Amino acid sequence: MPLIENGRIGEDAWSFIPDGEPVPNDRPVIISFERWQAERDSFEGRNARLGVRLKSGTLAGAIAADLDRFSLVAVEFAKFRDGRGFSTARELRERYGYTGEIRAVGHVIPDQYLYLVRTGFTSVEAPEGTNPDSWANALTEVTIAFQPSLDDTAPLSLLRRKLKVGQADVG
Amino acid sequence: MNHIAPGARAGIYHYDEIDRQFVAERVEQFRKQVDRRLSGELTEEEFKPIRLMNGLYLQLHAYMLRIAVPYGVMSATQLRKLSAIGRKYDRGYGHFTTRQNLQYNWIKLEDTPAILHELAEVDMHALQTSGNCVRNVTTDPFVGAAKDEVVDGRVYAEILRQWTTMHPEFTYLPRKFKIAISGAESDRAAVRIHDVGLLARRNEKGEPGFSFYVGGGLGRSPFVGKLVREWVAQEDFVAYLEAILRVYNQYGRRDNIYKARIKILVHELGLEKFTQEVEEEFARLRGPKYRLDPEIVEGIRKHFAPPPFEELPDHSESLERARAADPAFANWLAVNVAEHKAPGYAIATVSLKPAGGIPGDATCDQMDLVADLAERHSFGELRVTHVQNLVLAHVKKDELYDLWKQLDAAGLGSANAGLIGDIIACPGLDYCALANARSIPLAQAISARFADPLRQRTIGELGIKISGCINACGHHHVGAIGILGVDKKGTEYYQITVGGDPTLTTAIGDILGPAVTETEAVDAIEAIVDVYLANRSDESERFIDTLKRVGHAPFKERIYAAD
Repeated sequence: MPLIENGRIGEDAWSFIPDGEPVPNDRPVIISFERWQAERDSFEGRNARLGVRLKSGTLAGAIAADLDRFSLVAVEFAKFRDGRGFSTARELRERYGYTGEIRAVGHVIPDQYLYLVRTGFTSVEAPEGTNPDSWANALTEVTIAFQPSLDDTAPLSLLRRKLKVGQADVG
Repeated sequence: MNHIAPGARAGIYHYDEIDRQFVAERVEQFRKQVDRRLSGELTEEEFKPIRLMNGLYLQLHAYMLRIAVPYGVMSATQLRKLSAIGRKYDRGYGHFTTRQNLQYNWIKLEDTPAILHELAEVDMHALQTSGNCVRNVTTDPFVGAAKDEVVDGRVYAEILRQWTTMHPEFTYLPRKFKIAISGAESDRAAVRIHDVGLLARRNEKGEPGFSFYVGGGLGRSPFVGKLVREWVAQEDFVAYLEAILRVYNQYGRRDNIYKARIKILVHELGLEKFTQEVEEEFARLRGPKYRLDPEIVEGIRKHFAPPPFEELPDHSESLERARAADPAFANWLAVNVAEHKAPGYAIATVSLKPAGGIPGDATCDQMDLVADLAERHSFGELRVTHVQNLVLAHVKKDELYDLWKQLDAAGLGSANAGLIGDIIACPGLDYCALANARSIPLAQAISARFADPLRQRTIGELGIKISGCINACGHHHVGAIGILGVDKKGTEYYQITVGGDPTLTTAIGDILGPAVTETEAVDAIEAIVDVYLANRSDESERFIDTLKRVGHAPFKERIYAAD
């Protein structure tokens, strides 16, 4: 599936390994949170990068204690209307200080991309056949935000200003 | 784009270039989204929430477009534009809603981008008037004018308007989210039936702060909002709401649309556990990033500076002469006019509830007239109330008679604010796909039955609220008399509740007995009124107070005696 990063289709170094299938040791893989819970000891001493995939109902707190084991957290959207993932990402960043990749997987639409970026997601797994222009456009079509974004350190006195993401990250 | 200045002295938030750019970008974004739907790139399921968050809602016969009127305050110029749109794209009228907005009930999808473009010319839009996001924040329609005001709710409602606009985290909530603020001693904003209800207060140092009530709401499971925190300082205002919404977004139910509002979460978790979750989140969020800077607050407050009131004596000779000479005017004065904080001024409620009329409807000609009158008599500004009336908030007492005569000539002079003719009704089965029964014809029949203004005044304060289904858009739960439309094997029936109260002493009404037919309903209401008049201790005892004292029995006896 196409991976969207910084408004463009990018290379995906990661692969998801379904539960029950052997986990390769020589490349970055994503496993389910359930597998992590059941088999965590088997990942001791692993050198290649590891990612974990959280279902919509699994909130940030569930993985908080183990975050240093993961270079990537994939947050699933069962339905695009189910907005829990926005809070999950924000909690991972703000509350638990996670600095690795946060990826949106499942059902998300380009119209949500700006919200995803602003709550701390770094990449999105888009469906096959998606229109890349819609993703690129989503970051630039609205250039004004009224509340602080995840990466802002400035106080709320900037209740209203230009969006950084629309200017710096994407041309 | 053709920008039209909305009127310098109106007590609205005045857009600057950045605000205008934002609205223009959103209009353009929606235009592209419509194209992507038409090309099939977006499925109908995916397009629906996008369309809703742009105010477009599919009713029974046509699309409805709901225009945001932030906290119910707008300028005469903006009202004139709403009238022009109603004439051009609807059927010559508009409908004012309980969310202090305006909706058009007969809109074509393909006209929507053009309408949004025209709205943007007067700094208006339809954003977040529908959908599972934070909706238009409502406040006291007498804000900035009421004698009992402690804090100006517009300032904080505007801060929330900005903070919730395209909030990246809270735009796909479990369900819609409604906030109301009241900054006066009397609650005219029904704060405790909101997802979050805010009472603005001042501490002994005179600093503003807020009591937070959470989990109020009507619908099929009505709840009165519970006090979650007595005092939140101004600097923590946004942080505390952010904490509440984050708890709700994570833990609110998403498995059942009828259990998805925050009231169910508060109920199921229990107040103590819910409060604990919010407090934990708040303790962590508190800090420079979410601190509301006093300079920002003062910057926004400047938009709502009082208009240039003249120094006037509080007593008006001409008003007293008119009162003595014209009994109909004297009646309107007693019922529809409230005290203003500036001497020599008054607050006038323009009733959109003529006898036999459709509650909240205004023709485009009426809107133009009110816009003219607002310019002539109230600094070019007016308000929409959650009871579906309009308010001219700053009228010179000397000019009230002139104002009333012009209103009355246009069918807008009914003297029934807060009385039995001042009915709230949802669109009902005439428009709404969810409804089980019609609301409007019943409202019309009741208001026609009680058409006599003096009879209404004799009955006194008595709110009737009608919903065409259990979703309770007509607020029937908090009507002194509430009426709920139900469907029994294809026939419309109406269930009557009594004792509801939307003010600070919030109460949910109790069902009086079995549902009745439409014809019986009007007689039943009249019977309830007769029993009340026969039982009240004196003229000052309100309907709900008599009801508390004598109980349901005498009312039931009269209505259901024949059964």
